[in-house]
Amino acid sequence: MTGNKAAPLLSIEGLGIVFGGLKAVNDVSFSVRPGEIVSVIGPNGAGKTTLFNMISGLYLPSAGKVVLDGNDVTGISPHLLARRGLSRTFQNLQIFQSMTVLENAVTGYHLQEKGSVLADLFNLPSSRRRARASEEGAIKLLARVGLDKVAEREAGNLSYGSLKRLEIARALAMGPKLLLLDEPAAGCNAVETEEIDHLIAEVAASGVAILLVEHDMKMVMRISDHIVVLDHGEKIAEGDPATVSRNPAVIAAYLGAENAQG
Amino acid sequence: MPELLQFLFSGVTVGAVYALVALGFTLIYNASDVVNFAQGEFVMLGGMITWAAYAAGVPLPLAALLAIVGTAAFGVAINKFAIEPARGAPVVSLIIITIGASIFIQGGAQLIFDKQIHTFPAFSGDAPLRIGGATILPQSLWVIGGAVVVFISLWLFFTRTLLGRAVLATSNNRMAAQLVGINTNFVMALSFALSAAIGALAGVLATPITLTAYSVGIGFALKGFAGAMLGGMGDPKGALVGGFLIGLIEALTAGYLSSQYKDAAAFIVILLVLFFMPQGLFGAKKTDRV
Amino acid sequence: MTRFLTTKNVTLLVLILLVALSPLLFPSGFYYRVGALIFVNAIAVTGIVILTGYAGQISLGHAGFAGIGAYACALAPVHFGLHPALAIFLGAGISAVLAYLVGRPILRLQGYYLGVATLGFGILVSMVLNNERDLTRGPDGIEVPELGLRAVLKSIGVDLTNGEFWYFFCGICLVFGAWLALNLFNSPSGRALRALHGSEVAARTVGVDVAAMKLKAFVISAVYASVSGSLLALQNKFITPDVAGFMHSIEMVTMAVLGGVGSVLGAIFGAAILTLLPQVLTVFAEYEQLVLGLVMMLVMIFLREGLLPSILRKFKGRGE
Repeated sequence: MTGNKAAPLLSIEGLGIVFGGLKAVNDVSFSVRPGEIVSVIGPNGAGKTTLFNMISGLYLPSAGKVVLDGNDVTGISPHLLARRGLSRTFQNLQIFQSMTVLENAVTGYHLQEKGSVLADLFNLPSSRRRARASEEGAIKLLARVGLDKVAEREAGNLSYGSLKRLEIARALAMGPKLLLLDEPAAGCNAVETEEIDHLIAEVAASGVAILLVEHDMKMVMRISDHIVVLDHGEKIAEGDPATVSRNPAVIAAYLGAENAQG
Repeated sequence: MPELLQFLFSGVTVGAVYALVALGFTLIYNASDVVNFAQGEFVMLGGMITWAAYAAGVPLPLAALLAIVGTAAFGVAINKFAIEPARGAPVVSLIIITIGASIFIQGGAQLIFDKQIHTFPAFSGDAPLRIGGATILPQSLWVIGGAVVVFISLWLFFTRTLLGRAVLATSNNRMAAQLVGINTNFVMALSFALSAAIGALAGVLATPITLTAYSVGIGFALKGFAGAMLGGMGDPKGALVGGFLIGLIEALTAGYLSSQYKDAAAFIVILLVLFFMPQGLFGAKKTDRV
Repeated sequence: MTRFLTTKNVTLLVLILLVALSPLLFPSGFYYRVGALIFVNAIAVTGIVILTGYAGQISLGHAGFAGIGAYACALAPVHFGLHPALAIFLGAGISAVLAYLVGRPILRLQGYYLGVATLGFGILVSMVLNNERDLTRGPDGIEVPELGLRAVLKSIGVDLTNGEFWYFFCGICLVFGAWLALNLFNSPSGRALRALHGSEVAARTVGVDVAAMKLKAFVISAVYASVSGSLLALQNKFITPDVAGFMHSIEMVTMAVLGGVGSVLGAIFGAAILTLLPQVLTVFAEYEQLVLGLVMMLVMIFLREGLLPSILRKFKGRGE
């Protein structure tokens, strides 16, 4: 938990998108400060992943702005956003199946490698140096998420929960200023979820702004500094965990169903 | 002016063949998301089998029927032995498989028939008709008429018959179709059979004009594909319009620019469509869900 | 010791031994020619491995670049007085530029569309070579000047027959080309290519400029094809437009697929099989299309990873 009152790193203003006549996301605004953990919650179909995809440059918004570190980055392509310090994980996993776990994590270092194809073709010392530095960093990250023992295995062979952690390692390798985590605890058991909890808290403590989509309400309540609630593409509430959990609109839309399930 | 009309006539004639090939592509693409590069070989088989049967003494109408039915059976075989086993394979694999099928059929035709050019008599004689200062062969009218009849028949089939609607349902959502009891395997086989039969019919109708040989398949495939893409991959009326347009562009290129490079016209159209209008004239833009 | 046995080192070792020691088994000089032909094909296929195996982009028209490399060696010495050895570089340069120009719009396409666009490109090149008879002598083919390197070697005391020279020259070129491709595989750029093959979305997200990387792979593989075409033209001293034709493009892809499109060693394996087949089956010329088509279908249906990886898997046993 940080009380960092610095200027927001990420600022969403009136963001919206229309798919074939349907407003999947409509007029959503909020912000995330460095070191802050903001969770976006809402029932299935509320538009959370669509929101993520707009922020991370995969979808072009129909309305509104995405401001990152003071710059308007609305609609900029993902690889340029990566350069500006944004990294993310994916709800449905986007792993490089035929590469090893280590190679997957190493790809997170792509931008820092400043690779040159010519140097790589001729195996010049600069190329080898870069490759080695990335591998060393990646191994440390894999250890942090508990995957160092399986570094040489083909990524496609790992369990869903392990692959979620691999994606986090890959995202962290980028040294981001803003980290978008799309359901990081999905498919994880209680122990794994707690480990991810700690990891997220650690990363936030180092000054990274974190935006989280998650269905595990206990986790959300535990680690979030701020929660934004979406329903049918619109923001229906926001505030700290205590406030949001008492909001009748939120309970009606979403938490009510959760409480009934226990 | 008569010159232009002449080019238009030949363009519409060859365009009708391309339209039929394009329609074949569309049928299979709609049913299985596969672009069947062997489509052009169906045209070749239609022409070659008819020639072979006719040369062996079979009356022409029967020879044509034999060719169409035989090629349809071939289409079903391709689906069963080459496409079905590779269901779910990456696109690269499917491309190589259907190209492999195309080359295999060509190779087989080379051995079973021969490498010569062949033809058979036109259906209603060779006497050209004079229209507006230009001439058109009666066979051309057969080709154009055949294309129109096929399109109308298919349209009726898909919109008015239960089986046709089952085919459309399968192409829309295979799993949902299975869940409501449609035999999707049969639908797939039917789509391939139809597509092959249409290609063969095109070959039968066109051979008296364009002649046939074991190697003509690839040209038809590429031009038919160009037509299907120009019209919007997956849209039957797009296939019709696209095929005719390619034919016209080709004929006009041959007439006014260079007859040597007339074949290039289709490829240049393909490249232009892919760069500027990949969804084609009638196609819809797709968005991917992540 | 195991640190030495990386895929890269093993591949290079096998290759060097193959090139150096095979001649000991040759019953006659004719085999040098076959070997040289295998190496020439393997060079082109190595380029395909980079484009299709690493980066996952399909090209059905790469023989177009082989045609450019070949005809550069046929025409530049005659029309510009360029030494044939330099013409190899000229062909590679033209191919690279053309690949860059054509690749930029084409590589925005995926799957079938990319395949057909590259097919169209290849056919257009082949058409130009066929039709511009004043320049290229058309379908009948054109003579290609002597490279002259063998004479240079003779003057310093290394006396090789024509067959021996081309065998070792192409072999050395292949080893060099394989070395580059193997270096690329584990390098930062190579990983970026393999990443975009695995998931373009994720690759973009980690900062890979997908369009630029695809273009680089396309240009590099075009250079491989061009050099392959140049060597073919120079060793035969004659070339026809078929070098740029559709069947040649398909042969290149089939060789890659046969050997396992992701591996350089597989590329050489595939090239060897499909080059040897016509030599072994003298009636192959008639059956070539039939067999080629059958091979393509069977390999892609049953042995999707290619022959070599499947055989290796049998030896290694189950995964990890």
